[in-house]
Amino acid sequence: MTRGELVIALRATIGDRYVLVEKEDVIVYEQDGSIFQVMPEIVVLPANAEEVAAVVKLAQQANVPIVPRGSGTGLAGGAVPAEGGIILSLARLNRILKIDLQNRIAVVEPGVINIDVTKAVAKDGFFYAPDPSSQAACSVGGNVANNSGGPHTLAYGVTTNHVLGVEVVLDDGQILWLGGEVPDTPGYDLCGVFVGSEGTMGIVTKAVVRLMRTRESVRTLLAIFDQMDRATQTVVDITGAGIIPAALEMIDRTTIEAIETGAPVGFPRDAEAVLIVEVEGLIEHTERSMKLVRDICTRSGAREVRVAKDETERQLLWKGRKGAFGAMGALAPNYYVQDGVVPRSKLPEIMRRIAEISKQFNLRIANVFHAGDGNLHPNILFDMRVPGELDRVVEAGAATLRACIELGGSITGEHGVGLEKKAYIGLLFNEADLEAMTRVRRAFDPDGRFNPAKLFPTPLSCGEIRRQPASIPAGLWI
Amino acid sequence: MEHTHPTIDSANQSKVATLDLPELYQCVHCGLCLDQCPTYRVLKLEPESPRGRIHLVKAAADGRIDLNERFKEHLYLCLLCRACESACPSGVQYGRIAETAREHLGPPGSDLTRAVLNFVFSQLLPYPRRLRFVFTLLRIYQSSGLQRITRSLLPKKLREMDAMLPVVSRSLFRPDSNAYLAIGPRRAKVAMLNGCVMPLLFGEVNEATVRVLQRNGCDVIFPKSQTCCGALNIHNGESTAAKQMARQNIDAFLAANVDAIIVNAAGCGAVMKEYGYLLRDDPTYAQKADRFGSLVKDAGEFLAGLGLVGELGAVKMTVTYQDPCHLAHGQRIRSQPRKLLQSIPGLTLVEMEGSDRCCGSAGIYNITHPEMSRHLLKEKMQTIALTDAEAVVAPNPGCMLQLCYGAQQYGPKLSVYHLMDLLERSYSAAEAASHK
Repeated sequence: MTRGELVIALRATIGDRYVLVEKEDVIVYEQDGSIFQVMPEIVVLPANAEEVAAVVKLAQQANVPIVPRGSGTGLAGGAVPAEGGIILSLARLNRILKIDLQNRIAVVEPGVINIDVTKAVAKDGFFYAPDPSSQAACSVGGNVANNSGGPHTLAYGVTTNHVLGVEVVLDDGQILWLGGEVPDTPGYDLCGVFVGSEGTMGIVTKAVVRLMRTRESVRTLLAIFDQMDRATQTVVDITGAGIIPAALEMIDRTTIEAIETGAPVGFPRDAEAVLIVEVEGLIEHTERSMKLVRDICTRSGAREVRVAKDETERQLLWKGRKGAFGAMGALAPNYYVQDGVVPRSKLPEIMRRIAEISKQFNLRIANVFHAGDGNLHPNILFDMRVPGELDRVVEAGAATLRACIELGGSITGEHGVGLEKKAYIGLLFNEADLEAMTRVRRAFDPDGRFNPAKLFPTPLSCGEIRRQPASIPAGLWI
Repeated sequence: MEHTHPTIDSANQSKVATLDLPELYQCVHCGLCLDQCPTYRVLKLEPESPRGRIHLVKAAADGRIDLNERFKEHLYLCLLCRACESACPSGVQYGRIAETAREHLGPPGSDLTRAVLNFVFSQLLPYPRRLRFVFTLLRIYQSSGLQRITRSLLPKKLREMDAMLPVVSRSLFRPDSNAYLAIGPRRAKVAMLNGCVMPLLFGEVNEATVRVLQRNGCDVIFPKSQTCCGALNIHNGESTAAKQMARQNIDAFLAANVDAIIVNAAGCGAVMKEYGYLLRDDPTYAQKADRFGSLVKDAGEFLAGLGLVGELGAVKMTVTYQDPCHLAHGQRIRSQPRKLLQSIPGLTLVEMEGSDRCCGSAGIYNITHPEMSRHLLKEKMQTIALTDAEAVVAPNPGCMLQLCYGAQQYGPKLSVYHLMDLLERSYSAAEAASHK
């Protein structure tokens, strides 16, 4: 099948408007929320599972790769078509198909925006727990692919803890359900295998997600510190005291500068770090926990503790936190975010190491992270236009990840491996681990058609950050 | 065996320096704007999103894509509602990017449309008298019965456009050349923008605005040599006449030596506050434009800041409030109009979902992109219907026209008011009650 024939067949299947081939259309799909750019040849936006299946079959006949894409807010290059081919956007599969409050589940299509699930059930006192910072834009499908977390992961777990089943399209175009509307289906937990597979096994076309009951009360405070060490030690002290807040976030001075420049919310610009601590539950519990947290913050050296006095103030704190990545643009044209994890007790140590790395490579690093579960997000700020800077950025990024592993941690908490961290996955897994994972992947996608060149280790060169599509085998587009 | 896969980076294309704006480098591609963008919400296509359009302009600036018709379509399908600016954590001023790109591309549409637009932008809008003449003809056309006859003869597309024609108000607002004096102790001296469309289609709104200002202790003057603000020009890729209009307004209003320049049209206010940016390369006007911009106040913003005085009477009505895009997103004014509405006794304000989402009016967008415009309007009317309000308040003439059209075409059958209409009605009600 030639490229022309493929395009004609795709158009016949899903309509002209939703098959993009012009350069002025497809170029905007070369990048997601990360800094990687590779241009797709074709972008398709099917409307339902049947159309997705038809696209997959055509791609198989034409022997071209398929890269699924949700809202394109991912931070690891997961939706960048590393080897060109077709981008399959799930944005139009955006219906909430069913809300079943008695069984506390919702059935949604993958293009549904994360926050819209909560919005649909909030009036009935329910919510959807995984809350990535990009939740106002990111899709449930993207969350499933990356097994995304968020500030409230600390209390509620990540996406996989909230997905009971997925409907998927496999490489031969077959549509089937893995898991379902009831928990604990017998046999292999194939739904669990699919969640977090970063689009390398097939395409999710529906998901059954858990709904949680909104807590009776929620209190949020902002603790302000003049020293980073004191802030990180406070995190250790809070969790050490046996308190598990709903969320425990840290924002450093550079990130505060970005937020207050881009879209100000009133964080103190002169602080070295702030913590956002949220507790929730029954009123008696939250009041008691809030008092304990306040005391610990003060004892550990907080300069000031501000408790949000109403929902508006609370939302403002979260607006600042959740806009933090996007706000980096206020400080530098580009940022490279890492997603390392360390045991909580190592937070003071890793922050010192990151400060050293920043000095060593002469790069500004803005830190904002889920302190409660030791999930770091150092954002290395730079300007792609400055020759040589990108090389230093990649090296500095690698240095932070190595530091995380040395301290007993991991290279990704929630953003996925994608393109960005595939070079480092070998630091974490040995050959036997990787071989086992490869076999699982092949069982679903023997041809490696789905999102190729992701997840598994190949060296990452900075040439991959904005480059031409990898050369496609000769004769492919005959 | 022919290898036909497209070459991606044809580096031989030339860079476009005028498009290489600093704002482009503030966007880090996070995507938080996506779901706030009306066109993206409808189409789900990245090229019809703010992030997509910024990416396109960046690619064009880098010489990676041509500034062809396809590119132009993407840039012009944007409503310029600037909802993305409210959502952007980095503070990217998208409006500036889109306006600069449009300036580079020129007005939208076919050759004929462009010719008509160019005529309107350079020969009509800058000249209030000519504009008034055109509207007088329109009024004759509507009141003589001619409209009814032509409507039956017109082809469907033109008939739809004819139906969108607003009914020209019988009493055009012609400002007095003398000052309208403050009632009670004088608290401020202000100058008011008469506007191009407002006095011709909503004359009573300008009248109400003047009255409310007077009642709140303001001397109100209309500088004689003022002209249209230039927003329509700027939004549609015409900047030469727009800059001239800006200079004329700056001279007219600064000479009046007032405490504030009051604008009751959100679109005009947003542009006038940003004259400093428009004229940044004009050494004689740049500074004056900044000073001018700092004096410009939306009527609701100004009155909420000043604090209402005088007795307000009951207006028994349930209303919902539509945030005009260029008030909420363009000027970040959301709470002040609501505060004023809630100060009216007897009036109940019911919020609609997505009140700051564009109604599809967007200047002349409803004419250049009727399909998208109507889609958004239909959605808007549906969300309004859910509030069970009997009226919708939208302090901007474009939104008012669009919502009137929406009420008439899709329902619910409700009235459309400017905030100043209702304030004046409330003051009058108190007066009437005291006369009894």
